[in-house]
Amino acid sequence: MKQQLYLWRKIKDKGMSQLIGLSALMMVGILFLILGYIFIKGVSALNWDFFTQLPKPVGEAGGGMANAIVGSFILLGLACSFSLPLGILAGIYLSEFGRNQLGTTVRFAADLLTGLPSIVVGIFIYTLIVLPMKGFSAIAGGIALGIIMVPVITRTTEEMMKIIPLTIREAALALGIREWRTILSVVLPAALPGIITGIMLAIARAAGETAPLLFTALGNRFWHSGLDQPIAALPLQIFTYAISPYEDWHAQAWAGALVLIILVLGLSIATRFLTRGRYYFMR
Amino acid sequence: MADLIGGKRITIKELNAWYHSLQALTNVNLLIEPNKVTAIIGPSGCGKSTLIRCLNRLHEIIPGARVSGQVLLGSQDIYAPEVDPVEVRRRVGMVFQKPNPFPTMSVFDNVAAGIKLNSRRSRNEIATIVEKSLRQAALWDEVKDKLHNSGAALSGGQQQRLCIARALAIEPEVILMDEPCSALDPMATLKIEELIQELKENYTIVIVTHNMQQAARVSDWTAFFLLGELIEYGHARQIFSNPSDKRTEAYITGRFG
Amino acid sequence: MARVTYDKYLKELQDDMLTLGSMVEKAIERSLEALKKRDLALARQIIDDDMVINMKRFEIEERGIELIATQQPVAKDLRVIMVVLSIITDMERMADHAEGIAKITLLLGDEPPLKPLIDIPRMADKAISMLHRSLSAFINQNTEAAKQISAEDDEIDNLYDQVYRELLIFMLQDPRTISRATYLLWVAHNLERIADRVTNICERIVFLVSGKYEELNVSKY
Repeated sequence: MKQQLYLWRKIKDKGMSQLIGLSALMMVGILFLILGYIFIKGVSALNWDFFTQLPKPVGEAGGGMANAIVGSFILLGLACSFSLPLGILAGIYLSEFGRNQLGTTVRFAADLLTGLPSIVVGIFIYTLIVLPMKGFSAIAGGIALGIIMVPVITRTTEEMMKIIPLTIREAALALGIREWRTILSVVLPAALPGIITGIMLAIARAAGETAPLLFTALGNRFWHSGLDQPIAALPLQIFTYAISPYEDWHAQAWAGALVLIILVLGLSIATRFLTRGRYYFMR
Repeated sequence: MADLIGGKRITIKELNAWYHSLQALTNVNLLIEPNKVTAIIGPSGCGKSTLIRCLNRLHEIIPGARVSGQVLLGSQDIYAPEVDPVEVRRRVGMVFQKPNPFPTMSVFDNVAAGIKLNSRRSRNEIATIVEKSLRQAALWDEVKDKLHNSGAALSGGQQQRLCIARALAIEPEVILMDEPCSALDPMATLKIEELIQELKENYTIVIVTHNMQQAARVSDWTAFFLLGELIEYGHARQIFSNPSDKRTEAYITGRFG
Repeated sequence: MARVTYDKYLKELQDDMLTLGSMVEKAIERSLEALKKRDLALARQIIDDDMVINMKRFEIEERGIELIATQQPVAKDLRVIMVVLSIITDMERMADHAEGIAKITLLLGDEPPLKPLIDIPRMADKAISMLHRSLSAFINQNTEAAKQISAEDDEIDNLYDQVYRELLIFMLQDPRTISRATYLLWVAHNLERIADRVTNICERIVFLVSGKYEELNVSKY
């Protein structure tokens, strides 16, 4: 009797661990499947022209996505220009002075904003900026991406600032350093590596967004001609090419996807390097 | 020895302190002698840390913390309405329980932090003060070749002396030490204790410690606190060889607390 | 390295003990001088000064206790303090013997001398010399010297024997000398006790250096 029970338990134990291991393996498998598939499909269309040439009209061979790559950078630059200061300052407010009703409200709003579907952000900016300005524009696209970035930056800044132990702040205050100086010159630098990581994550997320750009930046087949004009972006270009019926455009879409992934991956690796070599925080 | 900075006498009158509705100190009257080491001892939660945090107005940064009474630094009441707590903290340096050098700063910048962030001084002036402070903290010889390395890379004992140097750099009159050796090994502890003996030439030193032996070794005056009240205050040698209060005797002989 | 302050206190404690030692030395010396010269004023002075010695002894004892209470001495440091506390007790007793001699001088008053003092001053010189050298041995932590000094206690014992016999003869020959002879016998006895206490000091020195208890010389008396 007992022997049998033990055997059954043993089988259950073995079976469960194998199931868990298999799930983990499948998770990694999916990631590598996607990466590998994109690599195989995309690498054939990748060449120098891809990074330097404008898209060619249908039927013409060659051409590239240079305008979309540049466009993505411009959009991200625009997005950062207001989301970084806004997000970091809001984060500082939340961590240092946010122990009140306003803080709770802001925190809740930021969390809601993080969960907001990105297409909703696109429609919102469309109504708020594109319609009054009577046209799609880089600015509208930048703002849409920025809105997606702000809550992420705010919350990581807050968390990273909060991690800095009270003793560090007290040490600064005890030296007769004023509170704002303590926050800016002592706490913020200590939290910076973490905040930079958060910013990079936010940028990586925004870089891949397509939906909010559909109604805002629209896309453009040519070099951008001003911040008030429509502008190309990598995800948009991929989207347009992918839904087209043309074989060579499909190939270009795969190449675009590969570039986008490398860009995002490069960003995370760069973050690792940026935050390394700084003084480590010891607790 | 012309530029000796004399320590200041601290007179504590009718001091009460609260955290929200919890009273941490009750009616404390204490005269802290200049250029002497005064140790505050007592079991955990007796208010000893609260007391020294009242001496540089650091108590009040905790939400819900309140203070009443007077603390005279020399002849000035640091709790007078016109007094800026930031100014008080520039006159009263503090060293904490765990070494807490600023993590992103070099050894040099750690020591310079107080002066750099408070006032405008020339590079030369700052370098002079940094060297002087590190020498006073008996750390100069160990770090003079790595002034621009991270302060966090030093050993625990060195970090604590770095924190002492950092406190000295703002040229205070009083140095408060909140269990400065509790995170250090015995050798590092002895070094800090010797340093305290040297520092009392120029500063008034108040040290909180839950290590009675340490209080006995380093202090000239010892104050015993229990449940937020001052129970006994006297010369260290008297407190530790012949205390007059039974509770003090029970505590220092390890029979309670 | 560290513990400069503590080392300073330890040294001061030992210095104080040595000061007390020389005070006692002086007291013995002067008690003999007063006896020889029948100097009653000096004798009274010695009796008064004994109070100073007593006070000094308590002062050192208090400092020793404070050192133990505040500095947590262990190993040799602890032995130093314990040995100092024990030696000062011996020293204080030696001073009491000197005081005793001074009191005898007062009792003798201006009675005619029994005989010229020869062996008693010898005993005193020897005892003082032993005390003096034992303090050097303490400073130098010299156990060999300490053992040798305590061996010299035999000489004191022999002198004491001699004085005893001599005074006995006086008393047998002329009963009128009995009281004076007895007084002198007490003097000799006091000196003999002083030398015994030097032996104690020497034993303490051996203990201080080695941590071992050794009985150095069992006195005949």
